Amino acid sequence: METLELTQEEQFQARIDADMRIEPKDWMPDAYRKTLIRQISQHAHSELVGMLPEGNWITRAPSLKRKSILLAKVQDEAGHGLYLYSAAETLGASRDQMLADLHSGKAKYSSIFNYPTLSWADMGCVGWLVDGAAILNQVPLCRTSYGPYARAMVRVCKEESFHQRQGFEIMQTLCEGSPEQKAMAQEGLNRWWWPTLMMFGPKDSESPNTEQSMKWRIKRFTNDELRQKFVDMMVPQAEFLGLTVPDPNLKWNEAKQGYDFGDVDWEEFWNVVKGNGMCNQERLQARVQAHEEGAWVREAALAHAEKRKQREAAKAVAA
Amino acid sequence: MSQKEWPLWEVFIRSKQGLDHKHVGSLHAADAEMAIQNARDVYTRRLEGVSIWVVESKHVHASNPDDAAAFYEPANDKIYRHPTFYQVPDSIKHM
Amino acid sequence: MTDSPMPAQATTAPTPEVQANLFPFVLQLADTSLILAHRLSEWCGHGPILEQDLAMANIALDLLGEARSYYQYAAELEGKGRTEDDLAYLRSAVEYRNPLLVEQPNGDFAGTIVRQFIYDCFHYHLLLQLKSGPDAHLAAIAEKSVKEAAYHIKWSSEWVIRLGDGTEESRRRVEKAINTLWRYAGELTTPSAAEKALQAAGLVPDYAAIQAQVDAHVARVFEEATLPVPQGVFMQKGGKDGRHSEHLGYLLAELQYLQRTYPGLQW
Repeated sequence: METLELTQEEQFQARIDADMRIEPKDWMPDAYRKTLIRQISQHAHSELVGMLPEGNWITRAPSLKRKSILLAKVQDEAGHGLYLYSAAETLGASRDQMLADLHSGKAKYSSIFNYPTLSWADMGCVGWLVDGAAILNQVPLCRTSYGPYARAMVRVCKEESFHQRQGFEIMQTLCEGSPEQKAMAQEGLNRWWWPTLMMFGPKDSESPNTEQSMKWRIKRFTNDELRQKFVDMMVPQAEFLGLTVPDPNLKWNEAKQGYDFGDVDWEEFWNVVKGNGMCNQERLQARVQAHEEGAWVREAALAHAEKRKQREAAKAVAA
Repeated sequence: MSQKEWPLWEVFIRSKQGLDHKHVGSLHAADAEMAIQNARDVYTRRLEGVSIWVVESKHVHASNPDDAAAFYEPANDKIYRHPTFYQVPDSIKHM
Repeated sequence: MTDSPMPAQATTAPTPEVQANLFPFVLQLADTSLILAHRLSEWCGHGPILEQDLAMANIALDLLGEARSYYQYAAELEGKGRTEDDLAYLRSAVEYRNPLLVEQPNGDFAGTIVRQFIYDCFHYHLLLQLKSGPDAHLAAIAEKSVKEAAYHIKWSSEWVIRLGDGTEESRRRVEKAINTLWRYAGELTTPSAAEKALQAAGLVPDYAAIQAQVDAHVARVFEEATLPVPQGVFMQKGGKDGRHSEHLGYLLAELQYLQRTYPGLQW
């Protein structure tokens, strides 16, 4: 038995090394399945919870055009959550169970959404910075080893591309506007810069799962690699906007052809992960409340479907 | 979990007239009508479709990957099924 | 500009009376779509299940798009250089012309469904008429919007049926919502002064005929939902003349907050 298991695992790894996709009914190591369920559902939860900080501004958007764009964008996040839950369901996880884990605090979601959105500039910052960071994380996942996850990510990335642009456009409009608007944009960047850098996760040296995940190709770059890429990408964009990145240690490094930058406040990072962010409680509470208040609706639809089925069956018998 | 979840449905979309329906993902719905509408709201927000099929996931029967060798490899050596197997003289056109 | 038949060939130039009344009527359509879209958008992220969260956002987006078309037309009719955003963001509650129904708070899902159903019944049948009406601009907007409204009415009708003929709790909730909201249904087909003037000119359809179509649809849906159609309800009105419930002021305070706080800026 043991030799057979070994062979299976080796065959599995060989397929991954050959960049072949794993599909739902294929044999896979338990740990691969568990890790994927954790990663995909965490990603789905992030989309779901991520609707809240922006949803918060739909009713206050400053023009009809912005209102439409923001609503469409937050709706996309619901869609992305749904694609990802679907992908996780192909691994045998039920959406109900995943939601229960979110609601009980057992499952995590991206900590960035535990920061409050305080001004209209935050809609710019979330789109430009947060979605920008998310895209860096997500694009490589379009080639991840698990087929349904990769396909969901292709769809997500295709839709996500407008999100970052609309965020940048908000920032650009603010920066080209009145002094008050420019200040609003700078204040937003000041608050969002560091939390965004935290989105890539702990330093590689503190990220014990990275090696296995890279081997399975469910992660394709390390946290630090992506963080560096992000800084290199965003600093010129901030300069274009005429905004100052709030990092006194930020400096171009000619030798590495990239920026050197200051260290993230890891104490803050771990605190927010542990539930002590400004909005951890509100975010979770909002999700739990929506789910609980929706219970009677979901139940009614099922009850009605059942009644209708029985009536149709009775009609068929009569006929 | 005291309450039952809405059933899971597989969604197939025809992206334009003349093409096959293609599997795009899944969703939850209480009944078939709702599944079609949910599919419209979830999977065709950007003009991705002109027709939708939904099938309750539990009704999909799939082949077993363990049978892959028995199922698909026997086709490997039937190269005579492909037109490239045959030599056609250069002077013969349109074949 | 539009595929609709050109009205200018069939009719003479609009009378001053039509001109004076068309602007408030188009504004009323715009305000109605905007306020209902705004209410629906409050659900975004809080729906009973992800799939329905997406459905409600889609309806809100349709209505928002429709509102923008009307505001743009209204701005053009007024001809004073105001934009869609000026009209939406810089008018006070007494200047808003939406009927009372659409400004009512979401309540629970049943409340939202019943409000939507009452409005969809009217909206769909109104658009059917407007799309073949003599005003080419309105006809073009209606032509596009009626397809969306056909989906909305399907969605809300099915939900009324599910909730009415679902569980005891859903029935109790949907009945409560009907009792709360039915009194706002009558205003939709009670013509305002502007609507009366436009009806006389043939630009706005006969509301008695629309009411009959609405009644027939309501009767069909309620029968399937096993719900009684409310009878003899006293109908509230005033929204179309700017006399609103208290809810609209709060809604506008939120909607208009940025434009009011920082006047005259681009966003």
